[in-house]
Amino acid sequence: MIRWLFWGIIVAILCVLPRFLGDYTLYVVSLTYVYVTVAIGLNLTLGYANQVSLCHASFFGIGAYTMGLLLAQGWSFWLILPLSGIFAGLFGAVIGFPALKWKDHYLALITIAINIITFFVMMQESWLTGGPTGVSGITRPSIGSLSFTSDINYYYLLLVLFILAILASIWIVNSKWGRAFRAIGLNELAARGHGISSFNYKLLAFAVGAFFAGVGGGLFAPLLRYISPDAFTFFISLEFLIMIVIGGMGRIEGPIIGAIIVVMGPEVLRMAEAAYLIVYSLILILVMLFMRGGLVIVLDRLREAIPARIGSRR
Amino acid sequence: MANFIQLLIGGVSMGILYGVVAIGFVLLWQTSQTINFGQGELVMVPMFLMVALHIVLKIPFWPSFVLTLLGSGIMGYLFERLMIRKLLPGGVLVIVIATLGLSGFLRYGMQIAWTPQTLFFPHLFSTKPIELGDIIFSPEDIWNIVLISVIIIVLHLCIKRTKLGMAMQAVAQSRETAELMGINVRHIITLVFVLNSVLAGTAAVFAAPIFFVRYDIGIFLGVKAFVAAIIGGFNQIRGALVGGLTVGLAETFAAAYITTAYRDAFVMILLLVVLLIKPEGIVGIKEEAY
Repeated sequence: MIRWLFWGIIVAILCVLPRFLGDYTLYVVSLTYVYVTVAIGLNLTLGYANQVSLCHASFFGIGAYTMGLLLAQGWSFWLILPLSGIFAGLFGAVIGFPALKWKDHYLALITIAINIITFFVMMQESWLTGGPTGVSGITRPSIGSLSFTSDINYYYLLLVLFILAILASIWIVNSKWGRAFRAIGLNELAARGHGISSFNYKLLAFAVGAFFAGVGGGLFAPLLRYISPDAFTFFISLEFLIMIVIGGMGRIEGPIIGAIIVVMGPEVLRMAEAAYLIVYSLILILVMLFMRGGLVIVLDRLREAIPARIGSRR
Repeated sequence: MANFIQLLIGGVSMGILYGVVAIGFVLLWQTSQTINFGQGELVMVPMFLMVALHIVLKIPFWPSFVLTLLGSGIMGYLFERLMIRKLLPGGVLVIVIATLGLSGFLRYGMQIAWTPQTLFFPHLFSTKPIELGDIIFSPEDIWNIVLISVIIIVLHLCIKRTKLGMAMQAVAQSRETAELMGINVRHIITLVFVLNSVLAGTAAVFAAPIFFVRYDIGIFLGVKAFVAAIIGGFNQIRGALVGGLTVGLAETFAAAYITTAYRDAFVMILLLVVLLIKPEGIVGIKEEAY
């Protein structure tokens, strides 16, 4: 009961938030919603199923380019958004094939190679992707007379989809799929021994993780109204990794906390790009050395500590 | 034909540099199952050290070279003692993430602490072209090939013939057995990290005049060396060398005969092909786990 009240209050705050935010801050919060969606995907692939993906920016980019290019062909946003996810998901399933054979560092390297190759394709194949200048003039959607063109309206659209993405990830994690992901992530051999097809579920982990990233990309393109290959480099994949590592891998809250810190941190601290990259790199090392569960562990301790204190007073 | 030989010399000179950096990767992997995503930064930092000593402080070449190698060695020692030793029990993924963090920390740290600009480093050898009939090549390439080959041969002899080298091989084969034979495995692992850094530092001095000195050069060199190690074979020192040469030659010829735009992508595609056809690498030996 208290939990539902808590989440209700958070959603209410997010609903009234735009009233108190300037244009730029509104954009940063909107961007955070998009990145959380992608990080949720990576969390399913890496956090739960333990399959390293350092090419989530590729999936993100495929979603964004699908949106940008098909919108220019006059397709409807509402049709393209699922397509963005599906295209990225199919690509993810293909990328999943190497994961059947290799893990950890090999998979890390293969996926880095994939990210570098997709970046080259985006840069070089100008006839399709517009080359280094990318795709511009991307429009925002509308339903009937309700238009999402203004920043505030698009914010609400992103908020709704952001909440849907979180609910979907909770549902997946608690479903048969999620249990299979965790089983494979913990011990593949034991999972197979219990009749879980590691072949199917590894591919599925990549496909589902890529689907979320693709949808994120589909939402990202209209937010910026302009996309170029720079937004989909290997370093962006690294940022997604940093998000879930800082937040907490294999936890629903992980990508949310991580994305808030990685996207908003630099804005709050008003640091130069290089400065916050140093700070995040350092955090990555420190989290690995001292707090492998991520910041979500701190939340857990708070959650345990507070009721205990209230109880003792009674 | 003349053109072909020129490209061959250029490619080998490039490839042998990648190879030296890749050898470090292989040594780390064999003795401690460490995948170091900060390998490129272990080359970048000595490059800047060399610039600081030789160009800024105007210390003559040889003393600054020795000091740079010393600095590299210390860096490798600290890397192992402060980070890797604590992370090893956590498994490969933990090390992958932490070394990615280290690489970012060193890279952007250098950018802020010193300069985001490209620094130039004087050529170690004459670049005045030599003409042999139709073939024109730079003495720098030849010197690089010869000197790095000598370094690799010396390293190979040290590993095969000296007591310490044999201890390293023993640790690579089985940590437990090595320990039972009275080898101090921890010391050997520390030693390998120092050795890796010194090798990277050596490569840095050769690479500085060719690639120039820049804070983000480590990405380029690190990825190349890593790809080289995988293409050649991760569990063999000669695998790293073969891989380095393959990468160097592949990118040189791809740029000359196919298209310059896809030069780097071509190497990545080569990597995928090797992984699909012969995942243990060109001269690697099959391992049970993968």
